[in-house]
Parts: sequence; C-alpha cells; structure tokens
Amino acid sequence: MAQNKRYLFRRGVNLFNLGMSMVATVFGLFWLAWLLWTLVSHGVRALNLNLFLQDTPPPGAPGGMANAIIGSLMLTAVGVLIGTPVGILAGTWLAEYGRANRLASLIRFINDILLSAPSIVIGVFVYGVLVAPLGHFSGWSGGVSLAIIMLPVVLRTTEDMMRLVPDQMREAAAALGAPRWKVTVFIVQRASIAGMLTGVILGTARISGETAPLLFTALNNQFHSTDMSQPMANLPVMIFQFAMSPYEGWQQLAWAGALIITAAILILSISARLLLRANTFEK
Amino acid sequence: MSGSTHTTRWRDSLADLLFRGLTQLAALTVLALILAIMAVLIDKAWPAFHTFGLKFFTSTDWDPVTNKFSALTSIYGTLITSLIALIIAVPVSFGIALFVTELAPQWLRRPVSTAVELLAAIPSIIYGMWGLFVFAPLFADKAQPWISSHLGHWPIIGGLFQGPPIGIGVFTAGLILAIMVIPFITSVMRDVFDVVPIVLKESAYGIGCTTWEVMWNVVLPYTRIGVVGGIMLGLGRALGETMAVTFVIGNSHDISLALFMPGNTISSTLANEFSEAVGPLYTSSLIALGLILFFVTFVVLAIAKLLLLRVEAREGAKT
Amino acid sequence: MNANPIATPVPNRNAGPMTAQIDNPKILIRDLNFYYGKFHALHSINMQIPEKQVTAYIGPSGCGKSTLLRTLNRIYGLYPEQRAEGEVRLDGANILAPGQDLNLLRAKVGMVFQKPTPFPMSVYENIAFGVRLYERVPRVQMDERVEWALRKAALWEEVKDKLHQGGTRLSGGQQQRLCIARAIAVKPEVLLLDEPASALDPISTLKVEELIAELKTDYTIVIVTHNMQQAARVSDYTAFMYLGDLIEFADTSTLFTNPAKKQTEDYITGRYG
Repeated sequence: MAQNKRYLFRRGVNLFNLGMSMVATVFGLFWLAWLLWTLVSHGVRALNLNLFLQDTPPPGAPGGMANAIIGSLMLTAVGVLIGTPVGILAGTWLAEYGRANRLASLIRFINDILLSAPSIVIGVFVYGVLVAPLGHFSGWSGGVSLAIIMLPVVLRTTEDMMRLVPDQMREAAAALGAPRWKVTVFIVQRASIAGMLTGVILGTARISGETAPLLFTALNNQFHSTDMSQPMANLPVMIFQFAMSPYEGWQQLAWAGALIITAAILILSISARLLLRANTFEK
Repeated sequence: MSGSTHTTRWRDSLADLLFRGLTQLAALTVLALILAIMAVLIDKAWPAFHTFGLKFFTSTDWDPVTNKFSALTSIYGTLITSLIALIIAVPVSFGIALFVTELAPQWLRRPVSTAVELLAAIPSIIYGMWGLFVFAPLFADKAQPWISSHLGHWPIIGGLFQGPPIGIGVFTAGLILAIMVIPFITSVMRDVFDVVPIVLKESAYGIGCTTWEVMWNVVLPYTRIGVVGGIMLGLGRALGETMAVTFVIGNSHDISLALFMPGNTISSTLANEFSEAVGPLYTSSLIALGLILFFVTFVVLAIAKLLLLRVEAREGAKT
Repeated sequence: MNANPIATPVPNRNAGPMTAQIDNPKILIRDLNFYYGKFHALHSINMQIPEKQVTAYIGPSGCGKSTLLRTLNRIYGLYPEQRAEGEVRLDGANILAPGQDLNLLRAKVGMVFQKPTPFPMSVYENIAFGVRLYERVPRVQMDERVEWALRKAALWEEVKDKLHQGGTRLSGGQQQRLCIARAIAVKPEVLLLDEPASALDPISTLKVEELIAELKTDYTIVIVTHNMQQAARVSDYTAFMYLGDLIEFADTSTLFTNPAKKQTEDYITGRYG
C-alpha cells in the first residue's frame, strides 16, 4: 500500500512538473505575443505613406520619418560594409590556420565575449576615439560602432561554417595541386557560402535595431541629411526621443517606427533561418 | 606537364603568403579592439577615479550641481535588476527547454524554438516602449496594489514589495530583463540537453523513472556545467541591457530596497545622462561607470565561455 | 635513364621483402620512415613501383598502407605534426627533398580519396578547376578536355546532359568516377587511389575496377585496399604491410598463391584480419 502511495506521489510530481514546463513555455510565448500585438496595434494606427515621404516634424506638426529611415539604412550599410569583410577574413584565419594554435584560441575566446558585450560600452568607446577628438557626432562614428558590433557575429558564423567543410575536400583540392589560398577561397568558402551569408544577414538584423551605441556616436538629426560627417538621423534614436517626449504626435511616430524596424528585423531573421535550412538539407 | 611556368608557382606562393597575412591581420583586429576599448575607457575614466578614489564605489552621491558622483546606486541597480531577471528567467528557461526536448511532439519543436528565439531578435527599445506604455500602467492598476497590500506586510521580505503604484521601477525592469534573457538561457540549455547520450536516459527510463525524474536526476546533473554556463551568459546579457531598462526603471539616484521603487542601472544612467553631461568630471564619472560595467560583464562572460568550453571538450573527448 | 635492361637487385636491408624484380621503377622508395608526432608509423620501407602497372597495398588496419600512399604526393604535408624521412624517387628525383614544388608534384601524381568529394560546383567546373590551375585553356578546348576526362572515367554517357548540374547531385558511384575524371584531367603520370571503392555499392565498385584495368595502359596506378579479393582482381603487383613494415612485395598471382612469408600467408588465409 505504501508502495502504491509512493508511486502515485512520484506520478503526481511528474505531472506537476511537466505541467509547469508547459506553463513556462506558454509564459514565454505569451510575452512574445503581447509584445508583437502591442507593436502592431499601436504602430498600424500611424502607418501611412507619408512615413516614407516626409521627414521628422517638430512637435505638433504632421510628418514622417523618411530621414530617419534613410539614415538608418546608411548607418547599417556602413556597419555591414566595414564589419563583414573583417569578420570574414578573421573567421577564415581561425578556420584554416587556427586549428591547434594558442593565439587562435585566445582570439576565439575574446570574440565570443565581444559578441555578448554591452553595446553601450562600444558606443562609449567610439565616442572616446572618434567623437570627442573630432568634436562632434557623426554618421561615420555611428557606422563604425555598428561595425564593431557586427564583426564578432560574422566572424563566428564564418569560422563555424568553414569548419564544417570536411578536410577531405581540402585534401582533394590540394591533391590536384591547388595552392592553399585557392583551396580556401574557391573550395572551402564556396562550400560554406550559404552559412556565411546567414551570418551576415543575422548581423545586419542585429545592428539595425541597436540604439545605445548610436546615442554616443551618430546621435540624431531632425532634418534630411546624407552628410555622414554630421549627426545622422536614424530610427532607433528617433524612436527613443519621440517615445520619451510628452507629445502625442511624436509618440505615434515612435510606434510606427518601432513597427517598421521590428518588421524589418523579423523578416531578416526568418530569411536567414530559411536560407540556412535550405542549404543544410541539400547536402 | 604543359602550361605551368615557374613564375606562376612563384605568384601562387606570394598569394598564399599575402592571404595568410591578411587574414591573420583581420583576426588580430579582434584583440586590438578589446585592448583599445579597455585603454580608452581607463584613460577617460581615470579623472573620476583619481578625484573620488574608493569612495566612488561606496557612496551614493550623484549630484551634477556640486560635481559629486559615485557608482553605488548604479552598481546596485544593475545587480538587483539582473538578479530579479535570473530568478524569473532560469526556471522558465528550464521549463521551456524541458518542454522542447522531452515533451513536445516532433512537429511542435522547431516552431516553439524559433518563436522563443524571436524574443532575442526584437530590439531592446521595443521592449522599453512596450514596458513603459503598455505593461507599466496595467501593472500599476491591476497587480501592484494587490501585491503591495498582501505581501507588503509580511515580516522581513515585506519591505521588498513597497513602492508607489506607478508600474515602473526595479521590479518591472527586472521582469522585462527576464523576458529578454530567456531565449539565451533556453537556447544553451536546449543544446546541452540534446547531447546527453541516449543510453544514459534510456537506462534511467529502463528502471522506471518518470520523465521528470530523468530530467532532474540524470540530465540536469550531467549537463550542469553547460547549464551554469548558459545562466552566466544570460547574466552577462542582462547586466549590459540598456534601452529596455532605461524606459522602465524610473531613473532615480536614490537607493532603496523596495522593488517597486525607481532606481537606475549603469547602462540606464549612461543612456539618460551622457548627452547632457557638462563638465569633464561628469563625463569622466559616466565613463567610469561604463568601465565598471565592461569589467563586470567581461568577467561574467569569460566564466560563461570557460564553462561552455569545458562542455565542448567533454563532448569531443567522448567521440 | 638506365641503359642496362637487366634489373639491379634491391639492396637488402629487411631480409628481402621484395620478391619481384622491377626494372626502371616509376617510383623508388628507399629507407622511408614516417612519424605522426612521436609515433613511428612506417619503418624503413624499401619498395619499387613499376610503371604503367597496378600496384596494390594490402594489410590489416593500422598497417600503414594509406600512410605510405600519402607520402607519394606529400599530401601529409598539410599537417605539421606529420613528417617523412628517407627517399621517394619519382623518375629519379627525390620528392622528399626540400625545395620541391609541391603543386607541380601533385600535377604529376594525382590522388582519389576514399570518400567521394565533389567540389561545390557543377560537374563541368569540377573538372575545369583542376585544369585551370595549370593551363590557360579557351572554352572550346576546355569542353573537349572535360569530355575526354569524363570518357576516360567511363562517366561521359551518364552525365553529358548534366554537365552544369551540381557535382553533389550525382550518385555515390558517379561522384567517385567524377573524382577520378577530375584527377585524370590534369594529365598526371601516376594515380594514387586510397580505397576508392570502399564507400560504394557493388555495382559501382565493379565499374571502378573495370576503369582501373583500362587506365593502367596510360597511368601508373597505386591502390590501397582493405579488400584482398579486390587486390587480387585488379592489381599486377601487391605489397603486404603489417604494423608499419613492408612484409612482402611480389607480383599478385605469386603473392596470393605462393607467398614467401608466413605472415603473408596467414593474412591471406584469414588467420587474422
């Protein structure tokens, strides 16, 4: 009888905990749903074509966020164009020459720390190096700070994807007489191109939503300007300033901007995942 | 062998050398970056440390007018919000990881995992806006009065649950941080749970263990290094989180044990005050805060990485 | 070139494992020692590989047959902890000497691996890649070369309509023949085959074996196989190795029907595997 009770107790504990794990999952997904619902319901109200045609207005006046969108695109582009090549080259070195190498292990270690480091610290760093000496905020310093955030992401995916290519393929190319660099570029990188691209897309998604580093580097600009040597309009900082303001019109714009940014990031993230899956199944 | 000439060979050797040099240079950039960050932060933070000395860490003054600054409230806020975040996030992440690896039917696993990972893709500022405009009012209206009146009178911990019912404060910031770090912890847990050798689990099931007993008594002890590593990773992320916290923490420089009171974290202070900081000491103090944050997150993330490397090494040794 | 048609006997250091006389060997291996880090994998190997014949290396796992094969094109050089000492003379020149141009060596000595490794490109590009390493070939000639290589590898009929499809889309047996075509396309003199059929089904294996029989009219072939029967089927000469030593080298029919060493006989009759 006692045995039976003990068994029932164990089953009860089991059911309880498994139930709790389902509760936990629903809990997690609940916040996601609420967040997305809030974003859509608040943002849709302010969605209209003007967002893309007009620049950010003074408080109380109607307007859009064209300058912020263009600015964000430019800043993200600079970040991607600087961070990607360095990340790919560095990841290549780690994958091909850094197998049993103490220096390589150190670099890998530091890179993973940089990957999760607070982006605000990166912003302060670029402030100290580019903004303070030059005396003003600028789009270039914003782009550089985004590049620093992008670099570790691209490096990590590049190295991981290139490592997946089997050594036999390298040997087969070497056995034909190909020099080392051709083996790496034309065979290994070609084989891992989908994965590397995924890393670039994910990195792009990440930096397009970053606000903190831009606060210290590109700041923001109320007007339309494509001059990268001056403060640059951008969506995240615009959203921050408008959302924290007491003006209803500005807050509406902030929600619209939030929706646009999130939609762009989610599309990029999901595309990256689909790209990776399509290529792993083809093997 | 037709066509090949000695010069082609020489060009290839040169190309090999250049290629290796270029890629190595790029890799060294990573090291250069971290050293540069440390150097710049230390250099710019030095005036503050020099002026205030050790009191920078122990006093709670923060007065731009009299030019007296110190880090204690910010450090406290950073630590307490991250602690709250972990207290909420760790069990939830464990539950989700358990669900995804053991309970969920095959077709549900990937969508749920992807959905949880989407939480990580949403930018911090969105969390902030949602927290300030949607969650906080609701929390202030519906939940806070109930909690304060019911739990606020308990001995010892009652004091934790006091504070004006405005919805923002240390607790709200901690909750939002929890939601933000759940995907990171879940992802690591799920990865380490997946590589537990099937024979280990099967032998436990074989003697009649329930699913929960297998998880708690076999899987979790086996993966504990990785689990702790994942938690440290979540902690590292929570410590550095800026925009979400800035929106909902209330930005007060008073220290208080009550969780519903406003406070500040290092990152929220930096976000709020940096652009308006006048005077070199003010800026230097802010950068000193940044340096402290950098140092703490560096240590936490390094520990996380070391733990996760141990897990990888063990997996490698087994194969 | 040695004008004396009578073969000079191999200097006897190992109590004479070579029971075959090879005149003008394509490859002469003398006192070859190989190390993986501290591990001494090959002990003073002496061997001669005849030209335009098929030589097989057989022996139990770990005997060093693949290791020996991989010294012949110095592919081991990709791994810093592996090193070889001694002489390997290809047409008289020692390829282990420092200053040897490895890429030129590998143009002369091609290799096909156990696992088919088509490059991540089309069938056509797989073959063109190797050729382009050495020659500037205009489009029309490249088309001809690709066709020639695929015909030589008995693959042309099966892929002629799929030349621009990815190499990985082919079946396992076809992929391996593609790798053979790829190796042939650069016009080597020696072909090294490292267990080329072990990952293939019996029908593909048969095709590869038939291919080897045809190829030997133009190329010197060295094949490593763990399948004794395959060695008996395809090779003219066979070398039996055990734990890093060359035990016996003879023409295939002699080695399999009347081996000189007891160890060889034990292996062949299946006393150990």
